[in-house]
Amino acid sequence: MEAYINLFIKAVFVENLALAFFLGMCTFLAISKKVETAISLGLAVIAVQTITIPVNYLIYNFFLADGALAWAGLPDVDLSFLGLVSYIGVIAALVQILEMVLDRYVPKLYNALGIFLPLITVNCAILGGTLFMVERHYDFGESVVYGIGSGTGWAIALIALAGIREKLKYSDVPDGLQGLGITFIIVGLMSLGFMGFSGVQL
Amino acid sequence: MSEMRKIIIDPLVDNNPVTLQMLGICSALAVTTSLLPALLMCIALTSVAALSSAAISLIRNRIPNNIRIIVHMTIIASLVILTDQLLRAYAFETSKQLSVFVGLIITNCIVLGRAEAFAMKNSVGLSFLDGLGNGLGYSLVLIIVATLRELFGAGTLLGYPILELTQDGGWYEANGLMLLPPSAFFIIGLLIWVIRSWRKQQVEHADYQIHEVHRTDVY
Repeated sequence: MEAYINLFIKAVFVENLALAFFLGMCTFLAISKKVETAISLGLAVIAVQTITIPVNYLIYNFFLADGALAWAGLPDVDLSFLGLVSYIGVIAALVQILEMVLDRYVPKLYNALGIFLPLITVNCAILGGTLFMVERHYDFGESVVYGIGSGTGWAIALIALAGIREKLKYSDVPDGLQGLGITFIIVGLMSLGFMGFSGVQL
Repeated sequence: MSEMRKIIIDPLVDNNPVTLQMLGICSALAVTTSLLPALLMCIALTSVAALSSAAISLIRNRIPNNIRIIVHMTIIASLVILTDQLLRAYAFETSKQLSVFVGLIITNCIVLGRAEAFAMKNSVGLSFLDGLGNGLGYSLVLIIVATLRELFGAGTLLGYPILELTQDGGWYEANGLMLLPPSAFFIIGLLIWVIRSWRKQQVEHADYQIHEVHRTDVY
């Protein structure tokens, strides 16, 4: 249990996907102008991340890894080179399914998320989370926890940045830094702040 | 001919995908702590962008419109797998350093963005050049950031010592911050500032303009 909590804290703060690994930056910068939209997108990312990482874990370990097809009588087959195509396919399919399910059962949330849901397919944070899971050899439990943790970390960073940018529009920024430039500097400062968490361990 | 040159030169400064269009930054920064992985990453991305644009342009009249994203993704993913395997075969050590970021070229917005915005409407040759130009624009930013970070963070370039470090009896005190993630954000931020002071038309307008009177009052 303790190991899971540790992994969760590490995924949220120390190894924050956005601030330590620069993942999902395009969406991160584009959708962080308003806190409300940031919260919806954050929730969507947490949901997708929590589902895709364990599903990709299963696909990798039962189909793609070296010797994973032993249950089908093919112990010598190594399909791991197909990983990238399978993950992106799984992500695209899951996002589509999630969209349909939400539309049918929770239309309120579906409307709130709007355009962001399909955009998540091309969010590097989602694919990045899966690739980290494979690279670090997490087991199933860990991959679930890592999914929730990394999604939450990304969402927290996004919402915090949106909060700062909402205040920022009243400040007098030099012309050349206006918009994108000052946002990068703020993200850098946030990243410095999050680095303060490194070393936090249970 | 001049059109071709424009397609290649334009994305370098005037229409740079990273600093102006905010595309493809995701994978751009994590590999910039030293120059060598950054260079390999540039080559990988530029070739994927150029080849995928050419391939998509080649079959652009046969792709049904409603499944085009899936077709793009499959082409890009296949090219990325090819690149990944090549890197593992010929540059194993560096490919370890690049870790997941080669795979992330798939979701790099530059590649998909150019496929969608340019390759679907233009001929094969022009699409190839457009992919190449945008790849080079990305590479330019990546190389600038990586050079600054390696030079000031470790005093080396491509592993060769340039600035003598104090621990080796030299004069330069290595700046550890340069090797940490925040510095990449600062460098990009400042780079945008430099480019936009040079090319005024790229400046974004503020949502709220502070009244001129206040500005002069302060001075």
